[in-house]
Amino acid sequence: MHELSIVSSVVETVMESLEAYPGARVVEVRLRVGALASVVVESLEFCWGIAIEDTPLEGSRLVVTTVPLVMQCARRDQDVELEGLQSFRCPKCDEPCSDLRHGRELDIESFEIEESEIEKAGVKA
Amino acid sequence: MTTRIVELRQGILKKNDELARELRGRFEAAGVLVLNLVSSPGTGKTEFLQRTLKELRARGARAAALVGDLETDNDARRLAASGAPVRQINTHGICHLEAEMVGKHLEGWELGALDYLYIENVENLVCPSSYDLGERVRVALLSVTEGEDKPLKYPTLFNSADAAVITKMDIAEAVGFDRAAALKSLQAIRPGIRVFETSAKTGAGMEEWLGWLEKSASSL
Repeated sequence: MHELSIVSSVVETVMESLEAYPGARVVEVRLRVGALASVVVESLEFCWGIAIEDTPLEGSRLVVTTVPLVMQCARRDQDVELEGLQSFRCPKCDEPCSDLRHGRELDIESFEIEESEIEKAGVKA
Repeated sequence: MTTRIVELRQGILKKNDELARELRGRFEAAGVLVLNLVSSPGTGKTEFLQRTLKELRARGARAAALVGDLETDNDARRLAASGAPVRQINTHGICHLEAEMVGKHLEGWELGALDYLYIENVENLVCPSSYDLGERVRVALLSVTEGEDKPLKYPTLFNSADAAVITKMDIAEAVGFDRAAALKSLQAIRPGIRVFETSAKTGAGMEEWLGWLEKSASSL
């Protein structure tokens, strides 16, 4: 259950970047989470509501895209997607996987903000 | 009102990853082999580490340990009996160690005077897998009493391990441990993983483990 500390890191990072956009309201935050990232998406969403309370992110949506497991099959020199988390071998030729290309991601992709024209004008002035 | 997308494309645990990278640089420069030991509660990690520290010291190696637990310094006191320098990290509720905690607890230690540094993580098979501590080797431990399918149940952690240690082999027969099934599930999750079958009580398998440590340390 380290989802709350992960979500808190996200809030912290977004708030730091938000300093460049004074007065902006955060609408959405997008994450990319690998299938092997040890993170439960439902828990992230649950913790999001708690972590954004009384912050400039309050009311924003969390959108999580799951990244499937992809290994580099050394035998066939190809990237292949693994099904499930129970066998780390190429589903086509059974080659053991030592090179995981995707699946461990735990990234903030972007966030969406709404800026009022007045604030933007204020920044320019 | 206008909307704008701000691209970040960065790791959520970027701060931890950066600190871990710094630590790894320090460890490499000092020539110390750092191992992160991860297991569920009751695996016998402390007993195994105690024996490892004792035997390494008997061979003239200089080893130290950091021990993570939510509360108490019981494990640090047990390990200190080996004569090695030991420090306890109490996380007070946090379910894993982070690079910052490791860095903070290293203060005052001369890393160059060490051959090995063991970091005993908080007993948990989920969260520690996400946090790089700057270690060179991640070791996952499982005991013969835990069920042979543990690696299948916790693939994220076992897949991130560089080596696996099976503990309490001395009671394997009594508890009906299915060795072939355990090795099979380890190899399914981490094909090619190096596995050590040990007993800290009888010393079985320790020779092979220590030999591997020495070989890994000499390749630094």
